[in-house]
Order: sequence, then C-alpha cells, then structure tokens
Amino acid sequence: MKKYLLKRIGVSIVTLLAILLILFCMLEFMPGSPFNDEKLTADQVAVLNAKYGLDKPTIVRFGNYIKNMLTGDFGVSYTISKNTPISTLLQSRLPISIRIGGQAVLLGTLIGLILGIIAALKHNTIWDTLTTIISVLGVSLPSYVFALLLSYSLGFKLKWFPLLYAVDSPLNSSVLPTVALCMFTVATIARFTRTEMLEVLGSDYMLLAESKGISGPQLIIKHALRNALIPIITVLAPLIVGLMTGSLVIEKIFSIPGIGSLLVTAIQSNDYNVIIALSFIYSAMYIGIILVVDILYGVIDPRIRLAKGDGNE
Amino acid sequence: MEKNTILSIQDLSISFTTGAGEVSAIRGVNFDLHRGETIAIVGESGSGKSVTMKAIMGILSSNGKVNSGKILFSSAKEDMEEDIDLLKLDKKEMRRKINGKRIAMIFQDPMTSLNPVMTIGAQIMEGMKWHYKTPKKEAYKRAVELLQLVGITDAEKRMKNYPHQLSGGMRQRVVIAIALACNPELLICDEPTTALDVTIQAKILELIKDIQKKLDISVIYITHDLGVVAKVADYVAVMYAGKIVEKGLVNEIFYEPKHPYTWGLLSAMPDLDTNDDKLYTIPGTPPNLVNKVAGDAFAPRNIFALNIDNRLEPPMFQVSETHFASTWLLHENAPKTEMPVELKARVERMLGEAKKDGE
Repeated sequence: MKKYLLKRIGVSIVTLLAILLILFCMLEFMPGSPFNDEKLTADQVAVLNAKYGLDKPTIVRFGNYIKNMLTGDFGVSYTISKNTPISTLLQSRLPISIRIGGQAVLLGTLIGLILGIIAALKHNTIWDTLTTIISVLGVSLPSYVFALLLSYSLGFKLKWFPLLYAVDSPLNSSVLPTVALCMFTVATIARFTRTEMLEVLGSDYMLLAESKGISGPQLIIKHALRNALIPIITVLAPLIVGLMTGSLVIEKIFSIPGIGSLLVTAIQSNDYNVIIALSFIYSAMYIGIILVVDILYGVIDPRIRLAKGDGNE
Repeated sequence: MEKNTILSIQDLSISFTTGAGEVSAIRGVNFDLHRGETIAIVGESGSGKSVTMKAIMGILSSNGKVNSGKILFSSAKEDMEEDIDLLKLDKKEMRRKINGKRIAMIFQDPMTSLNPVMTIGAQIMEGMKWHYKTPKKEAYKRAVELLQLVGITDAEKRMKNYPHQLSGGMRQRVVIAIALACNPELLICDEPTTALDVTIQAKILELIKDIQKKLDISVIYITHDLGVVAKVADYVAVMYAGKIVEKGLVNEIFYEPKHPYTWGLLSAMPDLDTNDDKLYTIPGTPPNLVNKVAGDAFAPRNIFALNIDNRLEPPMFQVSETHFASTWLLHENAPKTEMPVELKARVERMLGEAKKDGE
C-alpha cells in the first residue's frame, strides 16, 4: 500500500507539471498582451515588459514560474488589481469558493445517497418513481435555473434567505447557492446509488446475510451500501470538479466573491498570472481529488487494496 | 406434530406475480423432517425446491406470495414456545429468532455468497455478535474453532483473509462455518456442491455429514444429483412442478420407486455400467406453471399415463409406512404396471452391489 501510495503521489506531481506546461504554452501563443492600452508607447510597453519579466526567453520564464508556484508565489496581478500579489487575491476568495463547493458536495452526496437507498429499498413504488423524477430534473436542469428559481421563491417571495451572498453572514447567505449547486450531485448520486443498491440487494451475499438473521441498518449499511459505494465513488470525483466549474455561474448570480468570478474577470482582461494560478489550483484540486478517490477505493474494496501488493497470496 | 419432528411442512402453496401472470411455483407440498435426520429434495430445475427452502428461511423474493399452508418448526432450544408456524412470523421476528440461530442455510455458489468487502473472520463472527451479543474475544475464539472444524488449515491467518483470497472449496467451507456459527438445529443445503469441482464435492459432502453427526443437527439437501442423494440422505422427496410426487426412505426410492417420474429420473442417471450409446432422457419439458395444471402435471411426459391422469390429480397413495407416491398407477383399479425393464435390471445390479458392500 505504501509503495503504491508513493507511486500515485509521484504520478500526480508529474501530471501537475505537465498541466503547468500546457497552460503556459497556451497563453504564450495567445494574441494580445496585458498592456493593450493605445495610450502606451512602444517604449513604455517595453519598460512594463521588463518590469514584469516578460522580455525574458520563454524557457526562463517557465522555469521561474514553476519555482515560484511551488513556493506558493503566484506572482502579481497585471490588470485586475494592479501589483497585488495573487496569493493575497486568493486569500479571501478561495476559502469562500471551497466552502460553498464543499457544502454542496456534502449535502448533495448525503441527500443523493439517502434518496438512492430509499428508491432501491422501495423499488417499483411511488417513492422510487418520485426519486427518479427528482433525478431527471436534477440532471437535466442547469444549476443556474435552480438558482433563479430559489432566489425568486425562497429569496424574493418568502424572504427566508438573502438574495445575495454577504460576507458578514456566511452561513445564512450561502444556503441558496449551496442548494442550487448541489442539485446535480443529488440527482447523479441518487441515480447511481439506486442502480448499484438494486444490484447489490439482489446478490447472493445479501441472501446469506439475511439468512444469518441480519436485518435493519446493519444489513443495509454494512452489507449493501459498502458494496454499492465502490462504483459511486467513481462518479463522485468528476462531480466535485463539476461543482468547481458550476460555481462560476452560481457565484455570478449570488455575487459571491469567490475564485469562479475572479477567473471570469481574469480571462476577460488577459490577466495571465491570475488565469494560470487559478487553472493551476483547479487542476491541483482535481488531481488531489482523484488521488483521494483512488486511496478510498483501496480502503473500501479489499480486492483493490490487496492487488496492490499487500496480499499474502 | 410428532414429538420427534423438527420441521413439518403442510399443504404449502406459493405463487409469484410475474410479467407473464401468476406462476404457481409450489402447489401443495407436504413433508416432515425428524430431528437428526437428513432429507433430500430432488427434482429438475424449476420444480420448486429452492422456493420451498426460501419460504422456510423467510427470504422469498418480494413478488412471491404464500397462498396457504403451514411450516411448523419445533425448537429444542430454550426461549421458544413449542411449535411455531414460521409463515406467521413477520420478517423481523424471523430474523431475530429463526434465521442463523435455529435454521441456517448454505447456498449454491460459494463464489458469490460471501460478502467481498468483509474478512471471513468478521463474517463468521457477525452472527454470534448479532444474535447473542457475544464479546469479541469469545466470538473470535469460536470462529477460529469453526474454521478448524470445517477443515481449514491455519485458521488464525485465514480469519483476516477476504473471500477473493480463497478457493471455491475453501469458500464453501467458510459458508458452512458461517452457517454453524450460532449452533442451528436445522441446516438447509441448497445444492452445496453444484458449483464445485468433483474432487471437492465429495469432501464437502463428507464434511457436512461429519458435522451433522458431531453436532446432531437435521439437514435438508436440495439437489438434482442422485449420486449426492444416495450418499447423504435418510429420506428422499421427489419434486415435480411444485409438488412432491414421491417420498420415502432412500432405499425405497432407489430400489422400489413407484412414480413414473422417479423411474425417469433414475433411468436418466448414468453409471459405470451404462454402456448404451444414448443416455435415457425424460421426453418433453416441465409444464409452464403460469397455466393451471389439470390432472397430473407429469401426464403429458408420461408414457404410462392413464386416461384419468389428464382429468384428476392423483392423491398420495401409501406404499409402505414411510413410502408415498402420487400416481394413479397405485390405485387398486389401475392396470398393473411395473417399472421399465432397463431400470429394473439396473436396480437389481445396484442391490447386488449394495449386498456385496454389506458383506
């Protein structure tokens, strides 16, 4: 297991570097520069380029960049907020995005699992149909539709929750965006859980567990859910990443000062460093989540864990 | 119910709701099992053997419905009244009082009947902890003993193994250990050797027989393998299309079969002296139980069928004190019909061999 872990972490780092290279190259080949102002003379642009190190050869800049990235220095923003270090920009925004995304993942997975289990246990009843309808709605309607629906009904009409995110009341004002974000997760997890649980419930080992006399939560959770979880975890990783990108729109609607809205602004204003820093963070999160999922597999499924060289046969 | 009887199934009738309509899978099954004895239930696929067992265990699939009948069970253990009708217990009571604790079951395919994400130790100990709140240490000790009892070497090491690390034969031994964990009084073996290769089959049969003797439990075997029956059973019940057509002591069924279906089954069993080019098969296929069966269900495949077979279902005729068969051929007005000559020759050969073995 240890050897496997080290190998997986190594692969993750290499992947991250490859992503950095791709990001860097893409921006290199893009037309335009951060200094597109017509009032600037060529000399002034040259001075600015020299100041920010943009006149150096590509390879040197890339090398510098990696070095800075690994030490947590993402450089300074060119246009959004002049000369502010990006790490300062992120400091206030990243936690907000991660919190709302995390809330949505947790809430969505929990509700999705519960719905899926109920649907499987009450297979072919009204509860099953209801869950299926929720799943279809959740998958087919984009999150901003839910966001608008929620804003209008719970925010505007009933005035239960504020319409916009407020930094001074982070919990209350993050309810609507969290719910809007988690709908897709709820739907996907519920659908998968239902299918997997149905398959597991019909398996021989469930029959054996029942014939041992096991019933109730121990039967459902220890025997059924644990086996059903393995494929569910596979869909969870892309879902979490989906929440990060889905949050771009949601952050705009609820005017949340997160990294999603920062990315949109950065792209619009060609702010190289901010784009690279955010893409890097997104990629790092993605790779990190996949790593965690891979490790989780091993924890849940002994067949995978032991195949990795810990078995005694 | 007699004193010595542990299980008595009376008039059991079960149907399933399917897309094709109502299927009457079990159409009036009766049999008794005495304490410490073994009954084998024989029949081809779809004859209702497994369904009857699932009804005993209370694990019928959700579209199954018990229409009538009783499954009386009498326990020698304390904390239970005399005879109880298992069909009257709800699922919760069934799991708490009966499953695993008093009646345990061994399934057909050991490759799929163990939970892949639990160690075998945990799976053996689970029942004890669940039913008796056995402390962990004690349960562990007992689980190791059980593994040794079912013939698994380095039991301690195996406790930590997962099912995928064991071979098919070993897994079936583990399933048996799980079944024995709470000292059941009745063990149901649903084709326990079908999925195993031949060399392992005999060992598992020996093991079950051995354990039965040691722990004094009653056993129900479900099988379509007459070789297994001859090896393990005291009693045999032959099932066809959801009914028991003939039942009796193992010698009565093998040497003096009365029902044409039993004749067919015995004739279709190859043995070392079978030197014909063709193996005998019973013509036709079992009836579709979606449709109501008029008369004897076996009549369309029966070359000995009488006219009445198509109209009226035969009752159980008593042949001897223990031997019953449901065929009109046994009625006093029926023409005298003997079993087929080839079968007769084989029976005599078997009898001769049995005598030789006895000497």
